[in-house]
Amino acid sequence: MTDMTSPATAPAPLDKPSAARIWHWLLRHPPVFTLIMIVLVCAVVGSINPDFWQVANLFDILRASTVRGLFALGVLVVLASGGIDVSFTAIAAFVMYSITMLVTNWMPDMPMPVILVLAAAGGACFGALNGLLIHSLRAPSLIVTIGTQYVIRSFLLTFVGTALFMNIPVSMESFGKLALFTHHSANGTISVLPASVLVLAVAAVLTWWILQRTLIGRAVYAVGGNPGIAERLGYNLRVVHVFVFAYAGLLAGIAGIMHVSSNRLANPFDLAGTELEIIAAVVLGGARITGGSGSVIGTMLGVVLITLVSNVLILVGIPSTWQLAIVGVFIVLAGAVFSLRPKR
Amino acid sequence: MQFRVDRQLGFLATVNIAVLVGGGVLVGASFLDIYNLQSMASQVPELGLLALGVMLAMMSGNGGIDLSGIALANLSGVFAYIVVRDHVSADDTPLLFSWAFAGVALLVGLAGGMLNGLLVARAGLTPIIATLGTQLFFTGLAVALTNGSAVSLGYVEPLDNFGNTPMLGVPQCFALFLAVALVLGVVLRFSPFGLRLRLLGSNAKAARFAGIPEKRILFLTYTACGVLASVAGIVIAARSSSVKWDYGSSYVLIAILIAVMAGVRPEGGYGRVICVVLSATALQMLSSLFNFMDISNFFRDLAWGVLLLAFLAQSQFDPRAWFKALRR
Repeated sequence: MTDMTSPATAPAPLDKPSAARIWHWLLRHPPVFTLIMIVLVCAVVGSINPDFWQVANLFDILRASTVRGLFALGVLVVLASGGIDVSFTAIAAFVMYSITMLVTNWMPDMPMPVILVLAAAGGACFGALNGLLIHSLRAPSLIVTIGTQYVIRSFLLTFVGTALFMNIPVSMESFGKLALFTHHSANGTISVLPASVLVLAVAAVLTWWILQRTLIGRAVYAVGGNPGIAERLGYNLRVVHVFVFAYAGLLAGIAGIMHVSSNRLANPFDLAGTELEIIAAVVLGGARITGGSGSVIGTMLGVVLITLVSNVLILVGIPSTWQLAIVGVFIVLAGAVFSLRPKR
Repeated sequence: MQFRVDRQLGFLATVNIAVLVGGGVLVGASFLDIYNLQSMASQVPELGLLALGVMLAMMSGNGGIDLSGIALANLSGVFAYIVVRDHVSADDTPLLFSWAFAGVALLVGLAGGMLNGLLVARAGLTPIIATLGTQLFFTGLAVALTNGSAVSLGYVEPLDNFGNTPMLGVPQCFALFLAVALVLGVVLRFSPFGLRLRLLGSNAKAARFAGIPEKRILFLTYTACGVLASVAGIVIAARSSSVKWDYGSSYVLIAILIAVMAGVRPEGGYGRVICVVLSATALQMLSSLFNFMDISNFFRDLAWGVLLLAFLAQSQFDPRAWFKALRR
């Protein structure tokens, strides 16, 4: 398929080798491709509507990227191992709602670090359950996690509760108000960069370290590349499956708490249905859905791109009803471009 | 090639009878009277048709799945109504309106299916990514066309009859579903296409070396999925007299559940149409039973999720091997 590019560049014989080389280099470095798309979107939107270049808007995009980014890092690890997870939003909704309920009703003065540890542990338990099921049922992870998504979400709505929590615990609320940086613009509006962005930064570095610097990270890529060979090399498939889904669940639990503290509201119906755009972000960042590839940098760029697309359409006068269709086109385009990559 | 009654088929038939008997015991005779049976039968087609699509995609192997079914069904309804209402009056010529509606909807399904087929077969996208992207795209188009609200068709007699009125005791849309299933079953069982599809699904490499036109088979399969989805879209429009972008939000799960319950192998290569039909009727009767017993929608979703996991587990578990191990 990649040969198709050479006839197109044939009329300029001098440029041909370099153009083809750039194209090949791009295909090998998908995050650069994502970056180019981000720059293009920014340039187009910024030239149509100069309001785009305000600090407040930049902060908005970073803020909106936090929860998505945490989810996406989990999805990245699962995709790298050759699986797919669609249950993480249900896990996040379950964890955020039941912990808010627990803290509000029984321990109103629980400090934030304890809440975060609880959320991480709860999410990791659900995730580990996913991993165990996928390993022991030997079924495609998409189908298994569709099943667990429904079980977790409807268990929450049937047995835990459906009422909103308008008054969230003090510690979560003050965490949500914590400002990393406050910007006073010339016309008097104040924009705040919340401290939750730091949580995403820590999670990104941790994920990068796990994937690139530890044995389990090597195992994740090896299993994603070819499970049969990885098993013969001595990697334990069960450990890898449980690890990746538990890690995705852990990040989902933390993301749920971030969602509650920044919205100052715990709604059990929230987050459902956002899983597809998260997977889209990771794929836009260059991870193969068949496993064995994907990087933290690419994933973060993919998240920024998806957030940009869903935040800035209004700035250029495209009605928000078109947002879904455009995200869909982006997924298909990214999938098509990346499927041209050389197969190993 | 005679008709076989295998374990799966026998099991599904038993489940159907068990749910009927269980309903009779728990709810009483009203569960088994002709009106309830007809109403249950008229609810089967929309999900059954989507499940047949999922079955086709799964059979083609290589992680084949169609996540865009219900989105395409809704889009075909929405698009067909918006095009047809400007050209044909539903009040003056209701019959023409109905046929034009169905025709345009089928064309949308054909186009959507061909898009999926091109992406999977020609562009080489993984089916999950391709149909996930088109799912968002189809849903997004339907949102944009309707500005996010439901559109009422009003009362169009032929269309309404097709959705709700039984003919000779059988609801017309259910009869259509059975006819589609029969055609599909015959095609899969007796045509070269069916044989090639099953070969491709069970071993893609062997199929390629045997000279089976892999790309054409995949393209045809996903196109058929799209057409099935648009038929489901017509049935939905006829039964609910309206079109909207978010109808049946949990149908992606339920269609997959029906297919897995019917013993379709998610890895590809195996699937029987009659099993999908029986599995769809069993699920619909169970859902109606839940309705009679006033069970909440949330709990119903919980039950579907548990059922899906249970059937995945059941397909791993072979009772004969287990008995043999026990006797030893």
